[in-house]
Amino acid sequence: MNYSIETSDLTKTFGSYTAVDHITVGVRKGEIFGFLGANGAGKTTAIRMLCGLLSPTSGSGHVAGFDIMKQTAKIRSRIGYMSQKFSLYPDLTVINNLKLFGQLYGLSKKDLHGRIDEMSEFLGIKDLFARVTGALPWGWQQRLSLACANLHSPEILFLDEPTGSVDPLSRRNFWDLIQNLSALGTTIFVTTHHMDEAEYCHRISIMIAGKIAAIDSPQQLKRQNNCNTLLDAFLKIVEGGQS
Amino acid sequence: MEPSVIITDLHKSYGDQIALSGVSLSVPHGCLYGLIGADGAGKSTLLRICTTLVAPDKGSVTVLGLDVIKKYQEIRTMIGYMPQKFSLYQDLSVRENMQFFADLFGVKQQEREERMKRLLEFSRLAPFQDRRARNLSGGMKQKLALSCTLIHTPKVLFLDEPTTGVDPVSRREFWTILDELKKGGITIMVSTPYMDEAHLCDELLFLHHGKAVRQGKPDTLLNAYPYPLYRITSETATLTVAQNSPVPQGAVLMYPEGGGVHVAMKTEMSDRDVMSLVKPLIPRAERVERCKPKIEDLFVLLLSEGKEN
Repeated sequence: MNYSIETSDLTKTFGSYTAVDHITVGVRKGEIFGFLGANGAGKTTAIRMLCGLLSPTSGSGHVAGFDIMKQTAKIRSRIGYMSQKFSLYPDLTVINNLKLFGQLYGLSKKDLHGRIDEMSEFLGIKDLFARVTGALPWGWQQRLSLACANLHSPEILFLDEPTGSVDPLSRRNFWDLIQNLSALGTTIFVTTHHMDEAEYCHRISIMIAGKIAAIDSPQQLKRQNNCNTLLDAFLKIVEGGQS
Repeated sequence: MEPSVIITDLHKSYGDQIALSGVSLSVPHGCLYGLIGADGAGKSTLLRICTTLVAPDKGSVTVLGLDVIKKYQEIRTMIGYMPQKFSLYQDLSVRENMQFFADLFGVKQQEREERMKRLLEFSRLAPFQDRRARNLSGGMKQKLALSCTLIHTPKVLFLDEPTTGVDPVSRREFWTILDELKKGGITIMVSTPYMDEAHLCDELLFLHHGKAVRQGKPDTLLNAYPYPLYRITSETATLTVAQNSPVPQGAVLMYPEGGGVHVAMKTEMSDRDVMSLVKPLIPRAERVERCKPKIEDLFVLLLSEGKEN
């Protein structure tokens, strides 16, 4: 099996507090994987380790084939990161944001132009190049963030609460694009508190107090817990796990 | 008893950006009133006008019978407002933050201890009262912000997306607290991007581009949903349809929802007929069932209609 993300007993402690407690997961190439859990369950700590921003206390892991203990710089060049909170520069035009992010990711001038063309074609933002980013409607800004996070053709895209208070149509639009990226082979690793977003994932894991309490497809989790909605299944799993 | 909030033909623009355009509503005493709409729909502006922080361009707004322009000082002592980014002092403990807000609102010393005790109990924050705000989880921070908003015993509460970024378990707890407040006679106006929370409100207002596109009780709104709605599912896979996918013949709308696909038909049909229309577009479809629309379905419909016009 070809895994984009693979961890074995990944653990992080801060003093006497264990934030991430022996996590073992494998995320397949091209999979949309939902990484869920309550606030404070350890998700952020786990993601920071996977992105090479935080060193694990014990255990091991590979992201895009690189060791998270030793090859963090290589990992960072192979992943993209996008969040609702992550800011484009609102005062810059669309094309200048694209150029800036491409250069930050170290693309050569030649590659940069090709990739900007490709991404803006794919995301349908070509007509917006001269517009000022901050004045665009949310849905277009989100497309631009997605383009910026994708310029260096990352193998894995981390989506950290990618949509916040967005209307149901824009949210569906966004997930349409994410599914296309996944179909083209990009692995998607997403955290969200919106269970309707989690429904788009091929598999999800639910973290409780540093451990993975459940991991399966949304359909299976609903069926196993006898719930009609993923929200109900989530509540059941988390509350069962805490008592 | 007269309504706690009355808004008549409210307009507000920032430069040439229209934030609110002709909104009218009335919030009965003791009502849990929900504002739903996307970013930029006008929810925050509406709440800021009700809380006397922004002046309307046109129209009238009264809170507890008082005009928001003429009587703003009186209104401020009687309401609680929790903005989207509530400022807690990260270095102060839970208890110190509450004391700070008690000072700001001039809560008398003799009443203070009793009130803080009650709020700590009620927000389930008592075991954490000496913890610094920065070390609280997202859900706990929101409960502390709510407690600070309640320290002067307001009669009307205005909450701007209090549960954004909060996990489902904490969200449910937060709404249980809102329900208790309501039972205690407090009127609450709350905005939310979560459609499951919209179902918990007594009344709803859908805002879109500054206009009230629908308002009423959730059940009444859903009973008025004009089309028969069908849910298509598969036992083994998440079904989805692309945004630009054609809709089947006889259908008004088709969109992914909750791991399946929802199709609104122009007329009532047998499940079998729906399946034969849908199957060519969604090969993995296995099951069709007639389903009751939820607020999410209504919202999708309203936005799609708005798009065509």
